[in-house]
Amino acid sequence: MQNIQTPEYAIETKNLFIFYGSFPAVSEVNVKIEKQKITAIIGPSGCGKSTLLRAFNRMNDFVPTSYVTGEVLLQGQNLYGKNIDPVEVRRKIGMVFQKPNPFPKSIYENISWGAKINGYKGNMDELVEQSLRSAALWDEVKDKLHESAYALSGGQQQRLCIARTIAIQPEIILMDEPASALDPISTLRIEELMQELKKNYTIIIVTHNMQQAARASDYTAMMMIDDKRSGGVIEFDETKKIFTRPKDKRTEDYVTGRFG
Amino acid sequence: MIRKTFESEIQQVKDEVLLLGSMVEHAIIGSVEAMKKRDIKASEKIIAEDKEINKKRFAIENQLMILIATQQPMAHDLRLLASSMEIISELERMGDYAKGIANINVRMGEETLLKPLIDIPRMAQKGADMLHRALTAFVNEDVEAAKAIPVEDDEVDALYNQIYHELMLIIIQDPRSIERANWLLWVGHNLERVADRVTNICERTIFIATGEFSEIKTSDDEFWKGQNK
Repeated sequence: MQNIQTPEYAIETKNLFIFYGSFPAVSEVNVKIEKQKITAIIGPSGCGKSTLLRAFNRMNDFVPTSYVTGEVLLQGQNLYGKNIDPVEVRRKIGMVFQKPNPFPKSIYENISWGAKINGYKGNMDELVEQSLRSAALWDEVKDKLHESAYALSGGQQQRLCIARTIAIQPEIILMDEPASALDPISTLRIEELMQELKKNYTIIIVTHNMQQAARASDYTAMMMIDDKRSGGVIEFDETKKIFTRPKDKRTEDYVTGRFG
Repeated sequence: MIRKTFESEIQQVKDEVLLLGSMVEHAIIGSVEAMKKRDIKASEKIIAEDKEINKKRFAIENQLMILIATQQPMAHDLRLLASSMEIISELERMGDYAKGIANINVRMGEETLLKPLIDIPRMAQKGADMLHRALTAFVNEDVEAAKAIPVEDDEVDALYNQIYHELMLIIIQDPRSIERANWLLWVGHNLERVADRVTNICERTIFIATGEFSEIKTSDDEFWKGQNK
């Protein structure tokens, strides 16, 4: 008998709506994000990609009028359930942003700070080295760990932010346009890093850059707004299928650049 | 290396092309071997295995299409992937020639061979050997080898020429042998085509390595000129 592995899901949404006031910015999302894979969310501007991404670690909580209905399940537990601490959610589900945003501190402290406030009791030097190695940055910074993070290039700063996220040992890493402020080579370096990181983490990435989604992800969620201007996932499939034989005409039009 | 993942996917495609090539090589040698022994079962097996060759070709084609769509290959990478598309289609057609030879053996049924096979196995051996080296040149992007191998096509053509004239003589002497002679002629023609397609693979290899489209001259044209005299 062949050993058929059933995919394990890192995160799953059930009938998820995300509201800003009375307006559902994102409607009826039912997706299952596979563990240790890279899932890209693509779609035209304003379709709710980042809103959906931020719903995965309750970052939308910071928007006063925002609320959700439906469920976001992390290992079967609803992140929006009662007694759930959003800070704890964000510890398990880390995030890397569009613009590298290191703290105005040394490279070392950028890593150690988050770990410290999260109660890390182990060997800090080891954690810093390990995190920087995982983010493919160690060799470039090992001799200047105590210099300011601001002295690094944009690409290096973004990898530092990834290292900082890893240091908290999350289960999932969310990336919101992580390479849009970087040059092509730094971009490819981040993409290659993602391939390394997925051995240990689940990654969900929002990108405007369709080619990046094509290159770097295993699964792709295609989002689009409906006639009421509310965003939704219209197609979710393996990336290779989305880019060679999409099922939905709108996905086809978008990936071929014919979206009007 | 920045694009490690892409590099390893390219390597995988090359490995798959080699695998397809070895299936085709095996089919070419096997088809002639089966005919030599008049082993119908062996020929039927080759006919069945051609389906595997076709399947493998489609699988590689799909793999290539996905890489082109998702990895946006440029320059050398693009030439390699686009040319691999051509090469697998050449290989698939070479597989069809082997299947054609196997079909002839099956259709001959109880009929005996018009003459013992000597030059035909030589052609098969030579063609398969050229194919093997052409694929090695492809993998290594060895331009020198890719230029040298097609020259050997002349040897295959010479063997075919020899078979052709020999069979014509037999037909003239005994017109009742036409059908049996025609079978062998057909086999020879298939093998001659195999070597021609090796030349196409070599041209692709040169293109991948240098970016230059080149058509390598063989003496095929002279062969046909010879026939018209």
